[in-house]
Amino acid sequence: MRTKRLLLTVAGLGLSTVMTWAATATLMSVQIRKADIRDTPSFMGKILTSASYGDKVTIQSENGAWFQVNTPGQSGWMHSSALTKKNIVMKSGAGAQTSASSGEMALAGKGFNSDVESQFKTNHKDIDFTWVDKMEKIKIPAPEIKAFAKAGQLEFQGGVK
Amino acid sequence: MKYLIIIPAVLGMLLAGCATINSVTEMGAGLAAATGVINADQAQSITKSVSAVGKVFESITPEQEYYIGRTVTATILSKNKPYDNRAMTTYLNTLGQYLSLFSDRPETFGGYHFLVMDTPDINAFAAPGGFIMVSRGMLRCCKSEEALAGVLAHEIGHVELNHGLQAIDKSRLTAAATILGTEAAKNLGGKDLAELTKTFENSISDITSTVMNSGYARKFEFQADKAAVTILMRSGYSPNGLVSMLQQMEKNLKPGGHDFAKTHPAPQDRIAELTKLITTTHPADTTARQARFDDTMRGL
Repeated sequence: MRTKRLLLTVAGLGLSTVMTWAATATLMSVQIRKADIRDTPSFMGKILTSASYGDKVTIQSENGAWFQVNTPGQSGWMHSSALTKKNIVMKSGAGAQTSASSGEMALAGKGFNSDVESQFKTNHKDIDFTWVDKMEKIKIPAPEIKAFAKAGQLEFQGGVK
Repeated sequence: MKYLIIIPAVLGMLLAGCATINSVTEMGAGLAAATGVINADQAQSITKSVSAVGKVFESITPEQEYYIGRTVTATILSKNKPYDNRAMTTYLNTLGQYLSLFSDRPETFGGYHFLVMDTPDINAFAAPGGFIMVSRGMLRCCKSEEALAGVLAHEIGHVELNHGLQAIDKSRLTAAATILGTEAAKNLGGKDLAELTKTFENSISDITSTVMNSGYARKFEFQADKAAVTILMRSGYSPNGLVSMLQQMEKNLKPGGHDFAKTHPAPQDRIAELTKLITTTHPADTTARQARFDDTMRGL
């Protein structure tokens, strides 16, 4: 009887640990400025919507390096490199300081940020950021990337779609 | 009923114990102390510093990596004038951004962006976060889209593997860890901002002097070549394009030059390593790709 009770206790504890993990692991934060959500787990998939830095998404399932995510009002696929398990907090607030020490939270805009860049620019007037800003604006739209692959007869992984 | 209380408590202690062992190095230090190689104080010191460095490196978020990358790029471009050619820049970005989708890290904070530098030196730089610059001299080593794809995929590999960030002297970040990690850092005052900017300046200097002067460790270059082969295979390009580019580079490099001749392993060494990795051939028709490549590079 004692053995049975012990086993049940251990099993119950194990199950609750798994359930707790599953419940906490399903929420992730967008760690890049803008992340597209697509209709299939592929960059060639149609873009349904996008999420912004710090937005929270619920993970529904996995397919290779892709997560099927839910955001308010939309479901689709996002590449795992756009997401982090850390809770990205956009604004400082009560409790943020203590959570920060746990390593499970990242405060957006901390550390090396635009203020530090401004200070750097003040100290180094000879370093010109004009072309960096120009570079950043060069973003080839997804349909043009697809057309480039098609015109070049590139047989990429996942098949030509 | 005692079991119900005691068992979870014991298991909780075991789990907490596991959580404190956060690196192989930590266990290594403990083992070294236990066997008398180093004393307990030394072991504790090693463990503490390894743990701090690990945490600091983790604390560089993609957003901070992006700001480091912007300034590294501006610094490189202050010494290498951009080549302002709209058609070539668009072609380079279309090819490069296409390739980046097939890397293990397709999404960075601000995305991948590419630019040509107006110099005959043979150079290519990858700044953290995905800012990639290639010289006209490097483009002259490329005789096909396959070859150019090889160059860009190699640079994407450096970004994917965080090689730029790893060039930062860890002691700088450890010293700035408190400011880097605190909530207050968002609205830093004069002294803290000045201190953090100093750390930032030194970090930029570590990266730019590595990529422009001393070069990465050879193993990083081989790792980037390996990542490039993966990207090329996934995206439908023959990795042999990278080999043909290196063969051409060997002819174009000037001994004693302040470019790839100084910062990279010899082309033949890279070719020898690449040959071990390339197991398949890509017989796909390259006519259409060659035509657009020749069209864009005309007049280079």
